[in-house]
Amino acid sequence: MPRGYAGKYLDVDLTRNKVKDTTFDEKILKTYLGGRGLATKILWDRLGKRWQKVDPLGPENIFTALTGPLTAIHTGARTCISGKSPLSNGVIGSTLSGEFASEIKCAGYDGVIVTGKASSPVYILVTDSGGEIRDASKVWGKNGEETIKAINSEAREELKKRMPGVGAWREPGLIYAGPAGENRVRNAAVMQKIAHAAGYGGYGAVMGSKNLKAIAAKGRGPLPEVADPETVKRLWAAVHKASIKRGSMRRWGTGFGGYSTGANSSSEPVRNWQEEWHDERQFGGPRFETRYWIKRYWSDFNCTTSCMKISYIREGPYKGDITDCPDYELQAYCGANFGIFDPGENIHLSAVIDNLGFSGINSANTMAFAAELYQRGILTKAELGFDLKWGDADAFTKLAYLIANREGIGDVLAEGTYRAALKISEMKDVDVTQYAVHVKGVEIGAHGIRSGRDYASVISYALSPQAGDHTSTVSDGYREMAGAVFSDSAVFCNFSVDRSLQWDFLKAVTGWDITNESWSTWNGPIIFQTQRALLLLGGPDIFWSPKDDDNPPRFYEPLPTGPYKGKAADRKQLEEMKLNYYKSVGWDENGVPTSDTLKKLGLGDVDRALNKLRK
Amino acid sequence: MSRREAPTGELPYWIFRDYIKCTGCRTCEIACSLHHEGWMWPEASRIRVFMLFPGVEVPHLCSQCDDYPCVKSCPVEALSVDERTSAVIVDREKCISCGACIKACPGQVPFLHPGDNKATICDLCNGDPECVKLCQEAGYGCLTLVRERMSTNRKLYAIKPEDVSKDLAINLYGEKGKEVL
Repeated sequence: MPRGYAGKYLDVDLTRNKVKDTTFDEKILKTYLGGRGLATKILWDRLGKRWQKVDPLGPENIFTALTGPLTAIHTGARTCISGKSPLSNGVIGSTLSGEFASEIKCAGYDGVIVTGKASSPVYILVTDSGGEIRDASKVWGKNGEETIKAINSEAREELKKRMPGVGAWREPGLIYAGPAGENRVRNAAVMQKIAHAAGYGGYGAVMGSKNLKAIAAKGRGPLPEVADPETVKRLWAAVHKASIKRGSMRRWGTGFGGYSTGANSSSEPVRNWQEEWHDERQFGGPRFETRYWIKRYWSDFNCTTSCMKISYIREGPYKGDITDCPDYELQAYCGANFGIFDPGENIHLSAVIDNLGFSGINSANTMAFAAELYQRGILTKAELGFDLKWGDADAFTKLAYLIANREGIGDVLAEGTYRAALKISEMKDVDVTQYAVHVKGVEIGAHGIRSGRDYASVISYALSPQAGDHTSTVSDGYREMAGAVFSDSAVFCNFSVDRSLQWDFLKAVTGWDITNESWSTWNGPIIFQTQRALLLLGGPDIFWSPKDDDNPPRFYEPLPTGPYKGKAADRKQLEEMKLNYYKSVGWDENGVPTSDTLKKLGLGDVDRALNKLRK
Repeated sequence: MSRREAPTGELPYWIFRDYIKCTGCRTCEIACSLHHEGWMWPEASRIRVFMLFPGVEVPHLCSQCDDYPCVKSCPVEALSVDERTSAVIVDREKCISCGACIKACPGQVPFLHPGDNKATICDLCNGDPECVKLCQEAGYGCLTLVRERMSTNRKLYAIKPEDVSKDLAINLYGEKGKEVL
């Protein structure tokens, strides 16, 4: 087994109630590494031939929770969740922080691959002695906080029983689905530690569809051996040194953007993106910190950036709510986007969303979409059961529960923004897809493109295989391969600083000669092109066409307020950049990867599968 | 054995911990295991951060009780006290993995090493603990090295992680702290 890897993966068939250990050839690992890359390979190999028929919420879909060679050894331990996405019908690599990553590697596993559907609710426990499927019927229906309490306690008792004499047992690392995931809400997240989410992709719903409540891991072994320990130790210290020196990011996490993104760059979703600028100048880090933070620096395994903080509400109607900073994305999505600019209300909604197990970005996008329909008189109080006014935190709380439980109109909204828009358009005989802010079913992260002042451009989401995912956008050619495609596959935090050290780090851990150049022309493109192919194949409920390589209609409406008033995405610019981009990554004029491109990457089978899309 | 100071007159070492300031980064565990094991090994680290509920992070390590119940409990005299630092030193050759020290410790701090199954206890890195250095460098200040005369105060840290967690949960989460643990 190559260095940096624990050596095996747990392969779980929930239908047959069976687990076994699986390994992959070194050649495969050297190409795909782990995480997003390896998940794409597994999904292609096991489901590629019948991809268009695979229901993401059916038993046939595969759910993966994978680490990579750098996981837990590099700063910022993360796990990459994947599968066929119930939002995009493609493959999205969605990572989340927390000790599940270090625990599973210490237990001797690099990840878990789950197929089938259990006959009743279960969770998977991974320890040094193997994997097992355990009853979770008592935990089903529980929210995030209750789930953590119940499984931590049950797993610790069990481990203590098995090895009573070794001393105090710590809790396992735990990833889980909340009620939203159980009820197959398409933008439900895979959660960890109350407020950490693998949000993009909707993989909480995939867990729910499999009757899989959680995966817990507890390992007593060391992290895997590495090729060059002395160099790893030196690089490890260097990355920490850089983390410790960080300024606002360390002090307020990404939350410092709650102020600046809305104010300076005019690229924050406000009232379902009807605006991207706000004149609220107090909605930022310090106001959260002073009143609500009970931990100023909160970290996950092997991270000293500590961009997480814990917010807790001590008094008033939302007493008892726990969440993180909230980070920029949820300040935007559960704040400005609901017309809410009060830190307490924002923390409350973020806590509700977390506890129900939603993706805070994606589901809050759907909720604001519903609020705009209410604003326009398309959805009524009679349908909702209450008034859904901008800025009304209690109304948005009620809506979150409606969706999580799929009650009434919540059942429609639980399909995610785009699918809900299609359904409501049909129900109401009016086109509401113009208010749906998504790309290929994936609701867009809180970084708009209209002002031109943020990092995202007119093609960033439109052409990305991860669609609306703001953590993995595109710009030109294979430039992004060294970014998220790499960190999601080697699996470490995208926010780790000093990314210039990542190649040295990979080499010191694995011993492999993978350079920026080789990754960006070989490994990265193999993963990226396969993701693009699976996204285009899509199905079974929705198939994307070249015209879906586009931005939501809203982004072409001029910004109505702020310093960039009047600015909008330019369709001509899109068409121009699109064709240039297609060319730069070897796609034909319809955006389908060409035979030549795929064959050069050794993806002949992917090429054959795409023939049906070529005219 | 009773309250004492080193024969040289130097004050013994002690690691203060400020639980609220623990971020749960666990770099203390990495630093400890790099030093003692030569590689990253969280469950072999002499300091282990418990997180029975998120936010309730409890760094758990030996506090060198002034009466050393673990040392007294050892049936084969594998445990001794370092005169200079006050740390408990384990003779791994002598240790028979009986677990008596774990039971004797009011905080259930010692554990059997996941590799060689021998009793494992913080040795204060001979007076220059790696975990403290890391925590200080990071500016968290959860762990601080002090030199103080031995006293019964030391026992205040020898509490089971479950019990520390229950108190800490209430400190952090108020009444809700009772629900979460």
